[in-house]
Amino acid sequence: MNPFRRSPFVIAAAILVYTFLYAPIIGLILYSFNASRANVTFEGFIPSFSERVVMEGSLVKSAPCGPFHWYCDLAKNDDVAEAAGNTLTIAFTATIIATTIGTMAALALQRYNFKMKPFSQLALYIPIVIPEIVMGIGILTLFSQFFGWINETLNLSGDARLSLGMATVTMSHIAFMVPFVTLVVQARLQGFDKSYEEAAMDLGANEWTTFRRVTFPMIVPGIMSGALLAFTLSLDDFVITFFTNGPGSTTLPIYVYGLLRRIITPQVNALSTVWIMIVFTAVLLLQILQSRDSKQHS
Amino acid sequence: MLQRLRENKSAQGTLLALPTTVWLFVLLIIPLILTLIVSFGRRSPDGDVIYTFTFDNYIRLFGYSTDCPEGQAACFDPLYVNILGRSLSLAFNTTVLVISLAYPLAYFIARAHPKKRNLYLFMVLIPLWTNFVIRVYAWMMLLRKEGAINIILGWVMNALNIPFTPLEMLYTPGAVLVGMVYEFLPFMILPIYTSLEKIETSLYEAAADLGANSIKTFLRVTLPLSMPGVVAGTILVFIPVMGTFIVSDILGGRQVILVGNLIQRQFLDARDPTFGSAASLILMIMTLIVTYFYTRKFGFGEEIVVA
Repeated sequence: MNPFRRSPFVIAAAILVYTFLYAPIIGLILYSFNASRANVTFEGFIPSFSERVVMEGSLVKSAPCGPFHWYCDLAKNDDVAEAAGNTLTIAFTATIIATTIGTMAALALQRYNFKMKPFSQLALYIPIVIPEIVMGIGILTLFSQFFGWINETLNLSGDARLSLGMATVTMSHIAFMVPFVTLVVQARLQGFDKSYEEAAMDLGANEWTTFRRVTFPMIVPGIMSGALLAFTLSLDDFVITFFTNGPGSTTLPIYVYGLLRRIITPQVNALSTVWIMIVFTAVLLLQILQSRDSKQHS
Repeated sequence: MLQRLRENKSAQGTLLALPTTVWLFVLLIIPLILTLIVSFGRRSPDGDVIYTFTFDNYIRLFGYSTDCPEGQAACFDPLYVNILGRSLSLAFNTTVLVISLAYPLAYFIARAHPKKRNLYLFMVLIPLWTNFVIRVYAWMMLLRKEGAINIILGWVMNALNIPFTPLEMLYTPGAVLVGMVYEFLPFMILPIYTSLEKIETSLYEAAADLGANSIKTFLRVTLPLSMPGVVAGTILVFIPVMGTFIVSDILGGRQVILVGNLIQRQFLDARDPTFGSAASLILMIMTLIVTYFYTRKFGFGEEIVVA
């Protein structure tokens, strides 16, 4: 019996599900080349390149970038640039901190016994079992109550007043990212052959040297995939950011959400397409990293 | 001091876990406690919280109303109970649909040639990592009256010579259901795949040797052994569906209001954080109860880690 034999029913179902997964994405990309400004129906590609934008009603007849008109438009949009900058700043900062403290926690939970351990473990499971919105409004309440109290007691006014912004978003992102980093690194530590460390110790290395020269290099791939996962989670986050962002800390998902409630031009599709391409590259990198890792592992 | 730390394993562990534990304590546990406290409070006229101890918000949530017709002092207003019920049934329907779509695909990938598996998995990861908001937007474009689905249906009907008026699909409960299924499908495919992939091929051979046909093999071997994946996937789908508000916001318009929308509006438009907090605690308790009974019946899948 061929173990890879699948019934035609399974193959048909798989094709159907893949179509379901990809049809919306393909539609989205196609509409980013829409000649219609209103973006309600697809009115064909923008046919020609010219010095300036030529409109016919709500149809773009020709433009400097031709079919890529909406991408050029996007590149000129300062709001998008700012939102992208915010998104990346938050993601980078939060990933560095979350990866550092998450890896430390993974080491602690995997290698040590201490009084606080059950509590730490419980805290790490909370974000997985409660809906994100509960966490979001909780953090919002904490910040608004705490900031209100500080502003009042210290009598702060104007710009000195504490308010929601980049810092609150970054701190909240770290809170939901840490559990994922810890889980990934812990999984890596579980499959770890302790004899390497014992050999290093036998050869006279102290604990710190052993960690630096043996343990750490071996768990680096785990840390890297944990960090990449955390980074993507941060880029993708909507709910927590929605409740913790303030003036000047709009991220891309929040920006897109704002656009959807107003008039939508194909610019949103161009933005989505660029995003999908970036995600595509990132996931590809992650896959390569992981397959390399598993090869080293075996 | 340093010397002592070097010998004290327990202190080292505490120190390593401390930053994470403190961070999660401040930004997870304190907020939850605060939400609980606020939910017993009252709203001040300008939308602030007055800290008292009253069950008013919970009583209101479960249908007690003083805004009644015909001069009654109190009556039952099913508005919020209906919202809770609607969210629960939507989460249930979404989960069932997602399982029925995810299982065949996960099975297809798990039984594919090992060399092709990574490609198939990669194809699941792309929609998963495409931003949540963008994915809702994609469905908004498809479901619109002038959208792709109506255009294609129009072509088909035209070819068959059947008169066709474009369907109103956006801003209906069905649109929300489709959007939810689409959003959370990958979260079910990955854990089911992981548990299917672990099943040794020798088990299939043994089943075949013992005379089981393919349906019997599936029901007696494959399905039971893949249950941990289904359980993990259910947790990963059910919990977020209960709390999501963007899908219903964008695809349901003002027609489909879920607990998530209710909570969001209390914190933004209506500005009653005390009522919003009560609703969010009820939401949390509902998901915890469902998860508890579900995992007690089927066990807690370790596959949860992979997604």
